[in-house]
Amino acid sequence: MEVPILKQGHYLIASIQSALSDADLSQLREALIARVGKFRARGVIVDVTALDVMDSFAVRTLRDIAHMARLRGAETVIVGIQPEVAFAMVQLGLTLKGIATALDLEEGLAFLDRQGHGRLENRQGHGRIDRG
Amino acid sequence: MGVSKTVRGMGASTVGDDLRCLIAADVDIVQARQTGRELAAEIGFSAGDQTVIAAAISEIARNILMYAKRGEVRFTKIIDGTRQGLIVVAQDDGPGIRDVSRAMQDGYSTSGGLGLGLPGARRLMDEFEVASSPGHGTRITMSKWKRSSA
Repeated sequence: MEVPILKQGHYLIASIQSALSDADLSQLREALIARVGKFRARGVIVDVTALDVMDSFAVRTLRDIAHMARLRGAETVIVGIQPEVAFAMVQLGLTLKGIATALDLEEGLAFLDRQGHGRLENRQGHGRIDRG
Repeated sequence: MGVSKTVRGMGASTVGDDLRCLIAADVDIVQARQTGRELAAEIGFSAGDQTVIAAAISEIARNILMYAKRGEVRFTKIIDGTRQGLIVVAQDDGPGIRDVSRAMQDGYSTSGGLGLGLPGARRLMDEFEVASSPGHGTRITMSKWKRSSA
């Protein structure tokens, strides 16, 4: 199941629609990293609201996306982690240290805007990145 | 630290037939956790517990795929007195685990993974047991009891 990736201004928004297999997650990583270059994106939002579970593979892939996107000059925000999913992640010992998270898409966009990723002249901002 | 939590659920009565999921590809992991979640919902586990159970299933099913390439996950409803719960058994004929107590430590992995699968699944479930020896496959038995609504 391919995850649709929308381009909005300088941001890419990947909206996960259903449970994903490991191969689907890896495909999402490749597609996002390629598109950061193609569209000269400065921000990436991954909306995981529809994910039924975040297990170790999903978390590792999201971390890889965020770190790879940062190496390509784009900041990533993970949005929409559901409360029960957050609970299970903590029990599993899974963290998203160093990666920005936000409650939902709206908050994610606001975070990137505050960081100044939508503008060329100001690439450095102060946001709520959890440095762990 | 002991290697396993004792699965007392093994002594409890099982209810109905086993549900079985063959694990041979990554999509089977998704199928297994959805099957487990549906059974957990049928038993009456909360949405939070359903997610916890699904996450634990995801980890042990992935372990089968990573280390043994194929195996199966079985799900059974259990009853012990007034308590209801769910037993999940993951079994494969793979290479087995050389050092079970190390495999249960956070961050230990021989596959390049995060090394949180088994210890993480153990934290998510009430009872957790690993039976494995090199060359003889691995059987993981884990169970969770529904918290009484009283």
